[in-house]
This record gives sequence, C-alpha cells and structure tokens, in this order.
Amino acid sequence: MTRAGRVVPVLLALTLPLWLASPYFLHVVIMAGIFGILALSLNLLLGYTGQLSLGHAAFFGIGAYTSALLTLRLEWSFWLALPGAVAASGLAGWLIGRLALKLRGAYFVLVTISFAGVIALVSVNWMDVTNGPLGLPGVPAPALGPWSLRAKSVYYYLVLVAVLLAYLVCRRLVASRIGRAFVALRENEALAESVGVDVTHYLVLAAVVSAAMAGMAGSLYAHYTRFVSPEVFLFSYTVTMVIMVVAGGKGTLAGPLVGALIFTALPEALRAVTSWQWQMLAYGVLLVLLVFFLPRGIVPALAAWRARNAP
Amino acid sequence: MARAERALTLSVRDLAVRFGGVAALAGVSFDVHPGTITSVIGPNGAGKTTAFNAITGYLRPTRGRIEYVGVPLTGLRPSAIAARGIVRTFQRTSVFPSLSVTDNVMIGLHLRGSAGVLDVLLGWRRRAAEESRLAHDADGILEFVGLGHRRGEVASELPYGEQRLVELAVALAARPRLLLLDEPGAGMTTAEKAAVSSLIRRIRDQSTTVLLVEHDMRMVMSISDTVIVMNHGRVIAEGAPAAIQAHPDVIRAYLGSAGDHD
Repeated sequence: MTRAGRVVPVLLALTLPLWLASPYFLHVVIMAGIFGILALSLNLLLGYTGQLSLGHAAFFGIGAYTSALLTLRLEWSFWLALPGAVAASGLAGWLIGRLALKLRGAYFVLVTISFAGVIALVSVNWMDVTNGPLGLPGVPAPALGPWSLRAKSVYYYLVLVAVLLAYLVCRRLVASRIGRAFVALRENEALAESVGVDVTHYLVLAAVVSAAMAGMAGSLYAHYTRFVSPEVFLFSYTVTMVIMVVAGGKGTLAGPLVGALIFTALPEALRAVTSWQWQMLAYGVLLVLLVFFLPRGIVPALAAWRARNAP
Repeated sequence: MARAERALTLSVRDLAVRFGGVAALAGVSFDVHPGTITSVIGPNGAGKTTAFNAITGYLRPTRGRIEYVGVPLTGLRPSAIAARGIVRTFQRTSVFPSLSVTDNVMIGLHLRGSAGVLDVLLGWRRRAAEESRLAHDADGILEFVGLGHRRGEVASELPYGEQRLVELAVALAARPRLLLLDEPGAGMTTAEKAAVSSLIRRIRDQSTTVLLVEHDMRMVMSISDTVIVMNHGRVIAEGAPAAIQAHPDVIRAYLGSAGDHD
C-alpha cells in the first residue's frame, strides 16, 4: 500500500468528528466500530482456526452485562469494569473451548449455539441480578477524571482506540507462531499435530482471545447505549457478525473491519430510502450477489484485483 | 532393562490393534536402531500404516508397549509424541493446501519457536528475532529438499511429486530424531523415486533415524539397513535386505506358496 493510502484513512479516522457533525452519522460510525471489534474477534475463530462460532453474541452479551453490573451494583469505575468484562468473556471462551475440545465443524457450531441459548435464558430469568427482560437501565457513561466521555464525538475516540487495540492484537497473533498454529488447525489438523502443534491448546487460546475481544465490544456497547437487556444475546447479532466477516473476507485482517463498516452503514442507508420490507429484500439480494461474485470476500477480491493490475 | 537395549531408538513390543472383530495388528514386536533406515513392507492390509498410526499416537493400541529411548509413548497425543522427536508423514499427500510452500514449512517449525501470547503481544524485539531465525531455518530446509525455487507458490498447486517434498520438508522442520515416512515414493516417477531415495539417505546421514513403509521393492532394498516384513498383522521376517529377499516366508507372502497355485 502506498504511503498516501495509509496516511489518508488514518487522518480521516482521527478527524472524523470534526467534519462529520451529525450525531446520527457519528452513531452509525460508533456502532460500526463496536461491530468491527466483534467481527475481528469472530474472524480469529472462523477465519483463522476455521471454526464457526454461532454463539458469539453470548460473549458480547456477557461483556455488556458484566460491565453494566460492575458499574451499577458494585460502583466500579468503567476503567475497571472494562477489563472485568474482558476477563469474564475470556473465561466463557475458555469454557467453550474446553467443552468443544474434540468437537469440530457442525458439532462445534451446535455447542456454541447451545451455550448462547443457555446464557440468554439466564439473563431473562435471573431477575435478582439481571433484572430479567426489563434489563439494566442507567449504565453510567465512562468518565476521565471530571470529564464525561458521554458525547458521541468523544466516545468515538474511545471506540477508535479499542478497534485499533483489537486490530493490533489480531495482527500480532496471526503473524506469529501462534497465528500459524491457528491456520494449521484450519488447513490440516492431523498434519499440524504431527509436527507438534497442540491443536486443542490453540483452539482454546483462540476461543479465549476471541471471546475476550467480544467482551470488550460488549462493555463499550453497554456504556454507549447506557442500557443492557437480553436483546444483546439476539441470534441476529451473531448472524450480522458472520456476514461482516464472510463478506469482508475471512482470514484477512482488514476484511472484518470493511465488512463491519459496510454492513452497519448499509441498513441505515436503506432505511433512509425505502420501507422495511424493501430494505430486507435489497439486503438479501446484495448478500447473494456478494457471495456469487466475490466468494472469498471484498478484501481478497480487491487484493487480487490490485495484484492483476500491478505495473 | 539392559543398557544396550535402552539405547535403542524405538522399541515396539506385542503391539495389538483391533477394529471391532478384526485384528489389524496381532502382537507386533520390533526394534528400530539409531542412525539406520528401517523399512516395513508387506501386502496391502498387513498392518503397516496401522503400526505407524499407533506409534505416532493417532491410534490407541488395544495392547502392547511402545518405547522411545526407554520412555513409554503409549497414551500420548500426536503433538506430544512429535515434541519427543518422532515425526511422521502420511500415506496420502498431506500439506497445508492453501498456504505457500514457505508457510507450510514455517508451521513445521512450530516446535523450534517458543514465543507465547505475551511475547507475541508485548515482546516485539524477541518475537522479531525468533521470526527471522525461523524464516532462515525454513529457507535452509527448502534448499535441502530441493524446493528453494518454489518458496512463494501455493502448496496445493504444485505437481504431485513436489507436494510430497513439501510434506517431507514440513516433517524435517519439526527436527525429528526418528522420522516415519508412509510410502514416500508412492505415485512418483522412477526419477523422482531415485531423488527421494537419495534424500532419505542424506536425512539418515544427518543422524535422523528413518522408519518407512514402502511398496516399491527396488527402493526398499536399495536404501534400507533393515527390512521388517508384515503380513496379517504380524511380523513374519526381519533382517538385512539380501536375507529378506531370499526368506521363504516372505516369498510365500508376496507370491503365494507353490501349493497355492496347484
């Protein structure tokens, strides 16, 4: 990538609240950032280890509830609740990884769906802690000393730092022997074992890191919307994450972020121009076209196009 | 155990594997001595690959003992066995298909690296030094097997013979002390087989013990120090190539006895 190709997006990202004054557009960008973290986290499992987690909303929800409960009930600061949420979701990821030790493919998918189902039921029925379907209102906005980070233009920067952190974690992992072990598990598990890759260990590790990142996104979501309810466990959230990863380009670093940006902005854009039914239809048609014409995703297709047209 | 026996690289005793009512291995015993090439031959279904799978942890034996330098291997996972220096290849070509040849070997180098999560996330300098050392090792291995010119190519897009070499390079990357090769010459041309034979000898000369399963008798007889013959899940003969070729039980197993043809 050229120098300008790198500098321009960074400058755009750093100055975005200055030229994108509309709170509505800023909201869309913040949500794209939160979903970007989720998509990056899912991509670690789906894109690199090749295991599809269809219960990823559970890690997101656990992060959101943990952060909300720690700040509301124990009056922790957001800056402690955030790592608390990351740890709680990471622990849940470890549990799933251990449960699914010998399970792959469809069986792994089933375990993750079941896990998300159980966690969602707990959130609805454990009234004393979660307040059941009524949810937890009044989650405090983060503050930095006397300054509240409540304003969208400020919260944007918090999410931007989190996206950057998640991206760097993914980038460092995949460029190391750990990332190669993840890919080995996807490519040929028996061969990986034969050269000493403890695939179980690396699947658990991928699940922990992935879940922890989703927990971070959950915490950011809770303190942004300032309300958490069992809706955070909706299956549609997981489906959205999968679409973002697959359409953007699974197994690439930029793909999930590109996917998150497009598939957060697109429904909003469609909402502005047409009715709900037409939105869904257009969304569906676009997905079919993407899968048909860019089966490996947008980012790999762009990379291939650049390689073909390189001087 | 006698001192001399402890020095044996691999000791297999009374190894049995049953699949339901079928005995794939019915009490197999043999030794593989350090610095040698030992070949296991036998008709299809003799139990050769089953023995490989049991030794490398892919199959749990019904009975028997497998020791490597006097330490039991039975019950260990394949990755733990690889960590003890026993590395295998597979009967059907087995590579990391969508990765480049270099990336295939880099995965094979997994045990030569030590960077953990914290090193990777925080210790940038140490990680970079390790990555550069591993990349250098990968280059050396690819030159050794003759794939230096294929570094950046996608493994699954190489011709069959070269894919077998990639597989061998991945195995060598794991720095085996005992290398198990499952039909390394299968599907290769005569010239490719000759090249692989020469490569196997060079691997042995670098003090790696080699145990291989192979159907090509010319290849087996030319490179082996010891030949083990299996039939119906048992060892029926063991010895130097010349003695094996003249062994009546071996001739009977391969050609059938004179009585069978009457």
